[in-house]
Amino acid sequence: MILQLVIEQGLNGLQFGVTLFLMAAGLTLVFGVMDVIHLSHGSFYMMGAFLTASLGSRFDSYLIGLALAIPAVALIGMAVEWIAIRRLYQRQHLDQVLATFGLIMIFNELVRMVWGSQPIFLSPPAALAGTVEVLPGIPYPLFRLAILAAGLAVAVLLAVMIRRTRLGMRLRAGASDRAMAGALGVDIDRLFTIVFGLGAGLAALAGGMAGTVLSVQVGMGESILILAFVVVVIGGIGSIKGALVGAILVGLVDTLARTALPVALRSAMAASQADSVAASLSSTSVYLLMVLVLAWRPKGLYGART
Amino acid sequence: MAPAPELRRRLALAVLLLAALALPPVLAALGQGYYVGFAARVLIMAMAALSLDLVMGLGGMVSFGHAAFLGIGAYVVGIGSWHVFEGVPLPFGLAGSENALVVWPLAMLAAGLAALGIGAVSLRTTGIHFIMITLAFAQMLFYLAGGLKTYGGDDGITLYSRSSLGGLNLSDPFTFYYLCLGLLAAVLAAFLRLADSRFGMVLKGVRDNERRMRALGFPTYRYKLAAFTLSGAVCGLAGALLANASEFAGPAYMGWQRSGELLVMVVLGGMGSLVGAVLGAAALLILEEALAGLTQHWQLLLGALLLLLALSARRGLWGWLGGGGRHG
Amino acid sequence: MMRVAASSLVLAGLLAAASPAWAEPGEVKVGMLTTLSGPGSSLGVDVRDAFNLAVKTLGGKLGGLKATVIEVDDQQKPDVAKDAATRLIEKEKVDFATGIIFSNLMLAVMPGFERAQIHYISANASPSQLAGKQCSPYFFSAAYQNDNQHEAMGHYVQAKGFKNVYLMAPNYPAGKDGLNGFKRFYGGTVAGEVYTTVNQLDYAAELASLRAANPDAVYVFYPGGMGVNFVKQWEQAGLKGKIPLFGPGFTFSEDTLAAMGDAALGTLNTAQWSPDLDNAQNKKFVADFEAAYGRLPSVYASQAYDAAMLMDSAIRKVGGKLDDKAALGKALMAADFKSVRGGFRFNTNHFPIQDFFLREVVKDAKGRYLNKKIAPIFQERGDAYAGECRM
Repeated sequence: MILQLVIEQGLNGLQFGVTLFLMAAGLTLVFGVMDVIHLSHGSFYMMGAFLTASLGSRFDSYLIGLALAIPAVALIGMAVEWIAIRRLYQRQHLDQVLATFGLIMIFNELVRMVWGSQPIFLSPPAALAGTVEVLPGIPYPLFRLAILAAGLAVAVLLAVMIRRTRLGMRLRAGASDRAMAGALGVDIDRLFTIVFGLGAGLAALAGGMAGTVLSVQVGMGESILILAFVVVVIGGIGSIKGALVGAILVGLVDTLARTALPVALRSAMAASQADSVAASLSSTSVYLLMVLVLAWRPKGLYGART
Repeated sequence: MAPAPELRRRLALAVLLLAALALPPVLAALGQGYYVGFAARVLIMAMAALSLDLVMGLGGMVSFGHAAFLGIGAYVVGIGSWHVFEGVPLPFGLAGSENALVVWPLAMLAAGLAALGIGAVSLRTTGIHFIMITLAFAQMLFYLAGGLKTYGGDDGITLYSRSSLGGLNLSDPFTFYYLCLGLLAAVLAAFLRLADSRFGMVLKGVRDNERRMRALGFPTYRYKLAAFTLSGAVCGLAGALLANASEFAGPAYMGWQRSGELLVMVVLGGMGSLVGAVLGAAALLILEEALAGLTQHWQLLLGALLLLLALSARRGLWGWLGGGGRHG
Repeated sequence: MMRVAASSLVLAGLLAAASPAWAEPGEVKVGMLTTLSGPGSSLGVDVRDAFNLAVKTLGGKLGGLKATVIEVDDQQKPDVAKDAATRLIEKEKVDFATGIIFSNLMLAVMPGFERAQIHYISANASPSQLAGKQCSPYFFSAAYQNDNQHEAMGHYVQAKGFKNVYLMAPNYPAGKDGLNGFKRFYGGTVAGEVYTTVNQLDYAAELASLRAANPDAVYVFYPGGMGVNFVKQWEQAGLKGKIPLFGPGFTFSEDTLAAMGDAALGTLNTAQWSPDLDNAQNKKFVADFEAAYGRLPSVYASQAYDAAMLMDSAIRKVGGKLDDKAALGKALMAADFKSVRGGFRFNTNHFPIQDFFLREVVKDAKGRYLNKKIAPIFQERGDAYAGECRM
């Protein structure tokens, strides 16, 4: 019974972790390569979910919806970079916070104007409904496994891209020394636009998949944004590997705390009180993790920059 | 004789103060008495923004977690009042209190101590990491507050009455407004003097070049920590006032959006000028109110405005109004 | 400064009477403070729409007075609701307020309405606090007392002989009221009592713990979007059909049944209203609602419709004299209106005494998901707190 619970909760933690990774991967690239604090990254997550829902119902297929939403949001991301973010590279972090705070408001309101304030409920494709036995006697929803697999596949693809391709080489050059990369002939402007679009696309993928587990609603991006920032800082700004390790770590710690704390506290107090305290402590655990990691390694687990 | 920009600044300040003094009767005359309460909240948020500008504008420490101190201040007032209303004693047999002379200083003390602790850890980092670690601490406090089941958990505390302060009736909107105005003016005057003192000069020196200040023998960490603690305490006072204004204290006051709003206020008004923070707070809140009255899609307009402001790199409202850039 | 304050006060006093925000004579202003965004919004939208439908049915009037309904979104946040209530009281100067969905918000705003002597007619939230010790002459519930639906299901589950039931609810006043109500009539073992964070949408972790606890039945109170996600994830986790799932009418309500789809089909739940209730007022209500909005009304909508009819009856009784608060209170207490539930009267604490029955989620010939009345459970049920109310 206990083993079953541990395995199931472990999978839940991993699944949450890969969603965080997809968000954090884009964020850490924008942060590390472009040195921009991008608060509106959550908006791409939200738009990915809304477009998946809309296009999915239009074409009567969730997967087509998702497949169309990702490039659409990537294009929106590139447009945003071209119009606004580009002007913020040489500026203080504070100006970036202000501008992207404004962008959040704009995107939230635009989405509200188009889709309304009520949540939309997305269902996973029928082919992925139902459960599979991951181990004898341990059924697990197939769709959640699919999310997990998709996230890990993207992580592998990203790693290959960064190590093996020209774009990846430029990215690494840009991340470690922007001025030098520019001097060596890397078209920094174009590189940044591509990075931004890539990040937006990954966020859209995360949003489109999370929309089926949560619900598609205005403001959904903000709740995951802050956690994604935590992941980025834990992993080390600019490091994809750090983002993956950080995301899995955060996902597992969060799920573990959410499962274990109520049980531990219930012996000491009434159910509703115990659950309330447990919820607050487990939400805190992730931030505590970040503070501890920073105390140990001020630049994060795999961080190169300050 | 004061130089011309200084004179202009003082003149602007005097006009602002007069306008603030005249506001309640004018609003009442227009039959808009409701807005006196709104104006008091503007003053309160201005005080919070002012406290942030002390660390951010003068000291160069971009705190993305100042709402935590606002929330702590509010909670001290809320918890004091809760114990009075429920008639339950606090730990160690202490009675609850609604006396402003007790709970407001306590609010400052609690927020100041929290700032001391958070600052002591956070100030070991700089730049982006400082921004993120202050955010992390504020989020922790936000969630911990939600776990205070006795005090309403996520729902917070609803106050049944405002604090008592001598013979003043704080439930009267006019009295409360003028009290907030008086406190804000006092804090602003004190901060302006502080900015020109040796302490302020060192802070600005740290902001511009910390390494140089350290080489000159200044214990920069201690200066920064002192400023951060003072800032937290003042923000705690603003929180105590906010709890009174809305007769509510809850985790909602500590969320990261609230911290972001404070940042926006400071930048909007002109960072480092102190007066600018007050203007920025007023501008943002009035803008929200006015745009919300105009269209239900006001967030679109406000967002676009913030974006344009950030892209245009202006010096903020005070720079525009006072004719100068950073104070000092 | 004090002189300025004092003279301004006098001035304000003089001008307050001439303030333009007062309702015109012959007009009634109603503050509709409800949840219109986020996971709880399906409830608020139904309440708003049904209230507006009632006003429209009454020719744009309530009790013969021209009615203005001022709509505000509380975003399901207590602080936002509190500020919005202050605005309704001080700026809009409403005569009545209604619309709050969630009990935690209700408890935050009620002191303000009571102090301003504004009658609040609840179309949903009806926490135990306001039914008992904190009962107020200015609070009337046109809905139920929070515990009621849960009590009815507790009674049913007990009668069916379940011995080891797992309970889940959101962690807020109505969640606690709900499970207390269930346990008041259910006497077996509680396999687990879990309170999740309000508006939590992913229940994977809780479902894993639930499966490990191996209960013989599960009872969940999840209104709005929380319910949609729970029921869908319940099915996705392969639990549907394995363990019997019960809920109050709130969890299986017409506002969310379409989003749940087949996952909810066949589930039993308890309520004081159902779309198929056989009385003239209800038939007209359901038909009008569907004609106006293109969907079936939920239990929340039925309560809001009744709330409007209750206001209408009381205003008529006092001849439109809204300033006589005592008379207005008495007129509300009389509850002299035709309820879509059939019978309806007030208890001493201003909460209803009414019938509760078992419903089943079915799919009709037009492909619509809706509830069908199965069997009565309680006749003329009041609540457990009325004795504590001193009014």
